[in-house]
Amino acid sequence: MSEILDALAIAGKAAFGFQAIFFALLAIGINVHFGYTGLLNFGQIAFAMLGGFGIAVSVSQWGLPFGVGVLVGLAAAVVLALLLGLPTLRLRADYLAIVTIATAEGLRLVFRSVSATPVTGGTRGLSAFNAGFIDLSPWDPQGRHRILGTTWSGGELWVTLVGWVLVILTSLLVWQLMRSPWGRVVKAIREDEDAVRALGKNVYAYKIQSLVLGGVFGALGGMVYAVSTGSVNPDQYQNANTFLAYAALILGGAARVLGPVIGSMILLFVLQFADTLLRALIANGVIPEALLTSTDVAQIRFVLVGVGLMLLLVFRPQGIFGDRREVMLDAR
Amino acid sequence: MTHAPQRTPGHGEGRTRDRGPASPSVRGRLPGLRRSGRRPLVLALLVAAFAMALATLVPGVANAEGERLVGTLQTSRSGPIEGVEVTVETAAGDEVDSVETDEDGRFAIDLPGAGQYTVSVDAEALPEGVSLGSGETRDVTVGAGRSQPVNFGLVDSEGGGGGGTVRAVQLLVDGLRFGLLIAICAVGLSLIFGTTGLTNFAHGELVTIGAVVAWFINVRGGVPLIAATAIALVIGALVGALNELALWRPLRRRGTGLVAALVVSIGLSLLLRYVVQIFYGGSSNPYGDYQSQRAVDYGVFTLTNRSLVSIVISVVVLVLVAVMLQRTKIGKAMRAVSDNRDLAASSGIDVNRVILVVWMMGGALATLGGVLLGLSDQVQWDMGFRLLLLMFAGVTLGGLGTAYGALVGSVIVGVFVQMSTLVIPNDMKYVGGLLLLIIILVIRPQGILGSRARIG
Repeated sequence: MSEILDALAIAGKAAFGFQAIFFALLAIGINVHFGYTGLLNFGQIAFAMLGGFGIAVSVSQWGLPFGVGVLVGLAAAVVLALLLGLPTLRLRADYLAIVTIATAEGLRLVFRSVSATPVTGGTRGLSAFNAGFIDLSPWDPQGRHRILGTTWSGGELWVTLVGWVLVILTSLLVWQLMRSPWGRVVKAIREDEDAVRALGKNVYAYKIQSLVLGGVFGALGGMVYAVSTGSVNPDQYQNANTFLAYAALILGGAARVLGPVIGSMILLFVLQFADTLLRALIANGVIPEALLTSTDVAQIRFVLVGVGLMLLLVFRPQGIFGDRREVMLDAR
Repeated sequence: MTHAPQRTPGHGEGRTRDRGPASPSVRGRLPGLRRSGRRPLVLALLVAAFAMALATLVPGVANAEGERLVGTLQTSRSGPIEGVEVTVETAAGDEVDSVETDEDGRFAIDLPGAGQYTVSVDAEALPEGVSLGSGETRDVTVGAGRSQPVNFGLVDSEGGGGGGTVRAVQLLVDGLRFGLLIAICAVGLSLIFGTTGLTNFAHGELVTIGAVVAWFINVRGGVPLIAATAIALVIGALVGALNELALWRPLRRRGTGLVAALVVSIGLSLLLRYVVQIFYGGSSNPYGDYQSQRAVDYGVFTLTNRSLVSIVISVVVLVLVAVMLQRTKIGKAMRAVSDNRDLAASSGIDVNRVILVVWMMGGALATLGGVLLGLSDQVQWDMGFRLLLLMFAGVTLGGLGTAYGALVGSVIVGVFVQMSTLVIPNDMKYVGGLLLLIIILVIRPQGILGSRARIG
């Protein structure tokens, strides 16, 4: 019984921790792409990687201030969005899908390659770049704070607070944008691109703007992740994370402002709960070692996400809050 | 080939199934129809999960009792290196043991317990033309009960190696082998796309499952690789059929949209990839046979016999596929369905049967590709996923949905990836292939053999 309570507390912390913020920001970006505009961006993690490395490389390699690092990361994300969007957004949706997933994997390979090591640190990654941010913390970064049975360090609290503020701000921005004329055009593109074109709108330009905006949100997510872990490593930014964010978005409900936020909190809660509980059960011998070892538990989360993604799309594509009519998307 | 009909929603087609081939189209999204598909689907998913578990043959847990260090000294050009001394010292500098590599270039050293060890190899004893990539020693941490692999990263030195190898020619031949291998895997992907409109992100997992099944039969079961591959081909075809029958056909019947189907395939890909990792583990392992081969010198390039056989098998299989598509009834039906599904259905072709055959063929071909890839690069849990991106590059280059396009495109991608190492570092060679993909999309999005109509 105590294991379950422990697991609940740890999972509760995960639902509010930096990983939830990370996935929420990724998913908000994907929501702009996929939920509102109908773009299939399967390389969202590349934007996050550029965000994280933007700070890390600027601060620890080039010796720039933290704030400049943030700007570098955001600029890199904008450039990537343009590079991806310009050739593919005139084509059918699945071309963007293929190119984005390929780019995300390709960028990760470049960042971890030997030739890039002088800049990105290669497979070892970079660290010691977040001091400029942690020093601003109103709490003692080393101090311990107990909240509802979970322990947070001061630095952790500070990053988490700023992260959630970012989530709220981006959500507000998305909410306002989608009520604006711009949002109406973008949603119309999702529904019927040709009709929008017939009304004289430049569909291509709107799609690129949407891709850039969502990509910037992804970069912010990567920055939160990098700053809270205090290190960046190309292998943290695996493609599978993009699909975790997709799962969060679809779980919460695509094309809803709060869908990605609630979705990623629930997703992180469920994953962490399953993870902790399984480990406890294996340690107690409730689950025999022959069936599942504790090293396999890390993989279980992706299996769960895979199954969840399939079941959601088949049985409830609108997720928790979504509107079925808005998410019956078709390739175009 | 034109694919205009596929712009209608619904991956594959809802319109031909229960209403006679030529009936006018009504989209199958009536509530009753949707409900009818629900229960069998859940059941089918369960069956699928169970069959997957069986297909991987339920291996035991890691078998090593004590701690040990294992590794292989070999390069692609030299083959396995025999008789090189490998020494292990504890962190304190006491020698634990030293052994010589066996005829397969392997070594295994039993350790007194978990902890930090330093492994060194005698660089003097390495044959000419082979050098250590970075240093003679490796520091490794061995966990309790683990069999820890050590990789020394041997490299063939530049310009060395047998006689007058010309590097460009060598890379061209390697690229041909690799490209043909991609083509074998990608033909199925392209045909599935052509006949159902599905961009199947789980196709890489068909490759992995095939290779891993063959590995279990070969290494754990002790069956010779050729027989193991034959069994794996049958299982691969069954896995392909299971994909279609348990998942995609019910989804088509429900009228699931193309984008939804695409995300479902991603979910399936994640699920299968990590299930494979749980059963197979994260390490890469070679097949039991044909590993200890030395490269044969052909003048301007060298090639191991297994690579040569791999090329021959690929060419023969691809020619057979082409002949089948061109001459046989089912092949013509496949081309007809990917050209225009409604027209094919109304001329009496059983579209669902054709799609099933395409899936089985795709599964078997992916398995063959997986085994060939495992033979050259060892078997790994994510080998298929990494190949998937190059398959997409090849398929897009040739023209999405065209069988011959996939073939031509894949070969070009394979050659390009290998040849690009002339200019860019080896660990970035896949990036070159991905760059090629983006450039193609800018210049000629419909691909070499594709037609303008389908890119919209």
